[in-house]
Amino acid sequence: MFLQIIITLFVVIILFKLFKQKQNNKISLGGFIVWCLLWLAILVVFWQPETTSYLANLLGVGRGADLIVYISIVVIFYILFKVSVRLNKIDAEITKLVREDAIKHVEKR
Amino acid sequence: MNIYVIIPAYNEEKRIWQVLKDLSFLPYQVVVVDDASTDQTVAVVRPFPVTLLRHKINRDQGAALQTGNQYALEQGADIIVHFDADGQFVATEIEEMIAPIVSGHYDVVFGSRFLGKHSKMPWLKKSVILPIARLVNKIVLHIELTDPQNGFRVLSRKAAQQISIEQDGKAHCSEIIAKAFGQGLKVKEVPVTVIYHHFGQGFGDGWRILKDLLLSKIVK
Repeated sequence: MFLQIIITLFVVIILFKLFKQKQNNKISLGGFIVWCLLWLAILVVFWQPETTSYLANLLGVGRGADLIVYISIVVIFYILFKVSVRLNKIDAEITKLVREDAIKHVEKR
Repeated sequence: MNIYVIIPAYNEEKRIWQVLKDLSFLPYQVVVVDDASTDQTVAVVRPFPVTLLRHKINRDQGAALQTGNQYALEQGADIIVHFDADGQFVATEIEEMIAPIVSGHYDVVFGSRFLGKHSKMPWLKKSVILPIARLVNKIVLHIELTDPQNGFRVLSRKAAQQISIEQDGKAHCSEIIAKAFGQGLKVKEVPVTVIYHHFGQGFGDGWRILKDLLLSKIVK
């Protein structure tokens, strides 16, 4: 019960932050919905653990805990991929800025 | 003809002086791209009659070459030569390297250590690393060149306009080769001499190149 309350508080704080981010247009509507659903799902799993077993049976995975691990791995890899793409983009943008600066301040002899 | 020699330099205070001295006797526009060196490279370069471009932060060799290309193109370069700052190439061989482009028959010329001229290459590099690199180029890029990782190359204006180097790191070498062939440019290999002062790229660099190439295929 104690853990469930802590997790609930944690999720409420995150949902509140998400809501603020959406209000300030720092996150897209799609992103907002996906993150809200993800954190609400976590809340459901902590309060009603048997739902994972029900879903696991539905999807043909042995146990609810296994299903959570599988889904977590997929989500983590997806996030890693997104971060890596974003990093590459930022890297390319930095190079472009550095290049423009170098050409602008050329030293000729 | 406007011939620009681009020299990317990162912490080359010990060797770049001789390179610039050798080039000072030749009729080329020399552009040094300092890649945020932390040593005295810039101070060594300044007394020479060359153009100096300075990266404020280190972006690696591929990025420095593209900076040089972009600048040279803006200045109306007809031919762009890529030349190393560590003295491993021979300045007088630039003439042989640019000849196929001057004749108008080719767009890109790659230097090769395997076409007759004698380079004292470390055994590991000659017999293990470069054959592996050649195989990777063949499998990943479907290209066969005698020398898969040579930094001495020449681009015509047309080629430099078409080939934008997006690989900031060492993978630019394979990228340029892939783009030259992929865009149907006329490519020639010319024998060059390479003088080894140090080992250069080893297995670690090889892995990084492969990782960058594969990642660029996935991300793009």
